Amino acid sequence: MSVRYTEFHPRWYRPPMSVFWWAGRRSYLIFVLRELSSIFTAWSVVFLLLLVHAVSEGSRQYRQFLNLSSNPWMLTLNVITLAFLVFHAVTWFNLAPQAMVVRLRGNRVPRSAIAGAHYAGWALLSALAAWLILR
Amino acid sequence: MADRIILQVSRYRPERELEPTTQEYEIPLNEEWAVLDGLNHVKDTLDGTLSYRWSCRMGICGSCGMTVNGEPRLTCATFLTDYRPGPIRIEPLHNFPVIRDLVVEIGDFMRKLPQVKPWLIHGEDTAAPQSELLQTPADLDEYKQYSMCINCMLCYSACPIVGLEEDFLGPAAIALAQRYNLDSRDEGADERLDVLSTAAGVWGCTFVGECTKACPKGVDPAGAIQRYKLTAATDSLRSFLMPWRSS
Amino acid sequence: MAAEAGSVHDILVIGGGGAGLRAAIAAAEADARLSVAIVSKVYPMRSHTVSAEGGAAGVIKSADSLELHAYDTVSGGDWLCDQEAVEAFVAEAPRELLRLEHWGCPWSREPDGHVAVRPFGGMKQLRTWYAADKTGFHMLHTLFQTSLKYERITRYDEWYVTRLLVDDGRVCGVVAIELMSGRVEMIAAKAVILCTGGCGRVYPFTTNANIKTGDGMALAYRAGAPLKDMEFVQYHPTGLPFTGILITEAARSEGGWLLNKDGYRYLQDYDLGRPEPTPVLRSKELGPRDRLSQAFVKEVEKGRAIDGPHGPVVHLDLRHLGKEVITTKLPFVRELCLDYEGIDPIRQLIPVRPVVHYMMGGVHTDINGATPVPGLYAAGETACVSINGANRLGSNSLPECLVFGARAGQAAAEYAASAASAEPSIQARTQAADERRRLDGLLQRDGGREPISAIRTEMQQAVEDGAGIYRSADTLAKAIDKLRELRERYAVARIEDHSRTFNTEFVAALELSCMLDVADAIVRCAQSREESRGAHQRIDFPARDDTRFLANSLIYRGADGGARVEYLPVTITRWPPAERVYGR
Repeated sequence: MSVRYTEFHPRWYRPPMSVFWWAGRRSYLIFVLRELSSIFTAWSVVFLLLLVHAVSEGSRQYRQFLNLSSNPWMLTLNVITLAFLVFHAVTWFNLAPQAMVVRLRGNRVPRSAIAGAHYAGWALLSALAAWLILR
Repeated sequence: MADRIILQVSRYRPERELEPTTQEYEIPLNEEWAVLDGLNHVKDTLDGTLSYRWSCRMGICGSCGMTVNGEPRLTCATFLTDYRPGPIRIEPLHNFPVIRDLVVEIGDFMRKLPQVKPWLIHGEDTAAPQSELLQTPADLDEYKQYSMCINCMLCYSACPIVGLEEDFLGPAAIALAQRYNLDSRDEGADERLDVLSTAAGVWGCTFVGECTKACPKGVDPAGAIQRYKLTAATDSLRSFLMPWRSS
Repeated sequence: MAAEAGSVHDILVIGGGGAGLRAAIAAAEADARLSVAIVSKVYPMRSHTVSAEGGAAGVIKSADSLELHAYDTVSGGDWLCDQEAVEAFVAEAPRELLRLEHWGCPWSREPDGHVAVRPFGGMKQLRTWYAADKTGFHMLHTLFQTSLKYERITRYDEWYVTRLLVDDGRVCGVVAIELMSGRVEMIAAKAVILCTGGCGRVYPFTTNANIKTGDGMALAYRAGAPLKDMEFVQYHPTGLPFTGILITEAARSEGGWLLNKDGYRYLQDYDLGRPEPTPVLRSKELGPRDRLSQAFVKEVEKGRAIDGPHGPVVHLDLRHLGKEVITTKLPFVRELCLDYEGIDPIRQLIPVRPVVHYMMGGVHTDINGATPVPGLYAAGETACVSINGANRLGSNSLPECLVFGARAGQAAAEYAASAASAEPSIQARTQAADERRRLDGLLQRDGGREPISAIRTEMQQAVEDGAGIYRSADTLAKAIDKLRELRERYAVARIEDHSRTFNTEFVAALELSCMLDVADAIVRCAQSREESRGAHQRIDFPARDDTRFLANSLIYRGADGGARVEYLPVTITRWPPAERVYGR
């Protein structure tokens, strides 16, 4: 563990990186939560597929599924999932302008426009989904 | 009664200690002094044994990067008054081995840099060029931002992947590769693809984004890397779907 | 690069800045069999070339001609330039700048894609190529990144050369310290090229970085090569007070004005032309740097400068340029003013004053960078060919690095190809062993009285008092005495840090000894030259004296630590000495 210092071969100090490297800094913590949100995103896709499957199997399966969904644990999980989904979408939409450089007539499209376009798309699709479900 | 401020400076003397320790110095809080001026005051009048790198003192040479109160900063462009009343914690840059006091070993970066071929690759014989390669101001704007890197290593200090993955090329090296890829005179994007589109290259980056926040020159290496991911991905998709097309 | 004990190369370049990198590339390209190495006390991208801002001059516009550039340079140098060298320089400058463009340098462009040029001080035509206002930065990084292509170039990063080894009158290598570990090694070479830059840190107030301590000049001086024109020290007219940070001449070439406390463009009182709203070439704010700095001193004497917290200043007014010009052409200037003065040049006046910037003098070389000592070459600010004479024009020094770096690399390659083996002789090994003993002794020195920093500060003040913008026999004699005293005090100075690992105090001590030698050369040459020419102004000899002093001064180190000054007449080929006229 301790390498002896020998003349002309100085021992460099290599600071160890803790397993909890992400906990000490707000920006790192948010990054890790963002990465974690992908698990919940995956879960929401699975949940959606289960819903679709239940619907296709008939009204009894569908009612079973609704009962399952209203279970307090499932409800809690899905509320947390929704929170992470929103967090996921917001952080990625805000980061999108950094990754997408679009030029229109020689000028760079401003960051707010690119992020804004994403939010607009989200709002539009949500409105469409809401209309489909609620009519 | 003039203002004073305390500097808590990380010391490491490999001849006599296994780990860094902290030493405190009290210095005048001069309104115009950068943190570097404070360190120079310590070295010149209080403790000549403090070792650190510095040169231009105007934020262009990239020598004086250190961790100040937990953030990677250029100490010549960071002012004491910003930290009033102090104390100010000064440590070496993160993610690099420490040679001595505030001096870190950047040999790893120097070895990674040539791997991305950060030079203009242009087919024509340039032994005695007769005229310039034309480049409009718009062409120049495409890559100008990425050419501003002063190699200060603050981005490497900020990036957790650099600390976790030994092989990761890192933000500055990849941004510099992009600087050449986007240069209208360059023809070497293909050559760089093999080095960049790997786990040690862009795909090692998980877009933490700290590098861009730390960069004192507005290079936005995170943006450079994500843009390259798009390029590399579309490139491999294209060669998958249309293998007959030369990439 | 891990050096094995006793490495051997054909060519060794000391210094990894603009001149050093260009020399190494030239040597590597000249002969594929040669082993080329660069030794630098800092990583190459930290070299001071990086802070150059304004631009690099090279004739490319049809209205311009090589003859005009040469005349501007010769007259700017008050006829002390070697005219043959100047003609070669102006011819090669555009070629070198083009080569750099092909290597990727991001020169600023005109709308049609051609390289753009801007006006600069003392020049009759627009010929200064620029990369926004970070020309040196872009040039250095282009050179450094291009040098990475040449795997045959070995680099010794953060090695400090302490001595040149001379055997049988020829230079045969160096002794250097690896900063990281403290080990002292001999690196043998057939040819050595000094590209270590100038020595601005000899003065207390300078644009120069901490590393500009005249190491190469001292090494050459101690090895028997003469230093030339050391009395000519350029004060750049516009440096920020307190820090000394450079505000580029480009700010004036884009149209900035220098105003005294009455808001008056005072340069019109100094035979530099009548004020026009837009910049007029070779006039007023675009006059030569020596005349502008001298005008400042006169304004202070008349009580018309502004009293700032760090002494008198004048104002640089960029407000009339407008936001667009400042943010596109002078972004770095704006950044520096905001960070270090808390001032926005778009709306406020910038306080500026003259600051030591460049050494016209240096190691005496011929047109190919060769010094009188066989095997020893020099290029860049370290060398004095001389193309800058008594005063350098802005934007001539970056192409100087390229042109003479390339020439020196080429010449060294030819010399090395025909020279005998580089294996060090017994003589060389003995010298290296002596040097190692000396360095160890210095490092382990116990006791000692004053810290290095105290001696350094006093030296800087002595040189400024003795050899500032205006000098006299009296001030110079005092400076010589003071420097002698400081050398004695240096011999018993205190070294606190006895560590071998990255010992920056030890390096500072070695740098100080170089600075003391160089400072001595400066004041002695200034004392000898009894006339006023360009940047060397004597209150007791206010006129230019072509009968006695149309010659370069050469200073040789004496065996006893003294020195002798000789004169080498300037070869006048095309342009006989005339009156230096600006603004008319």
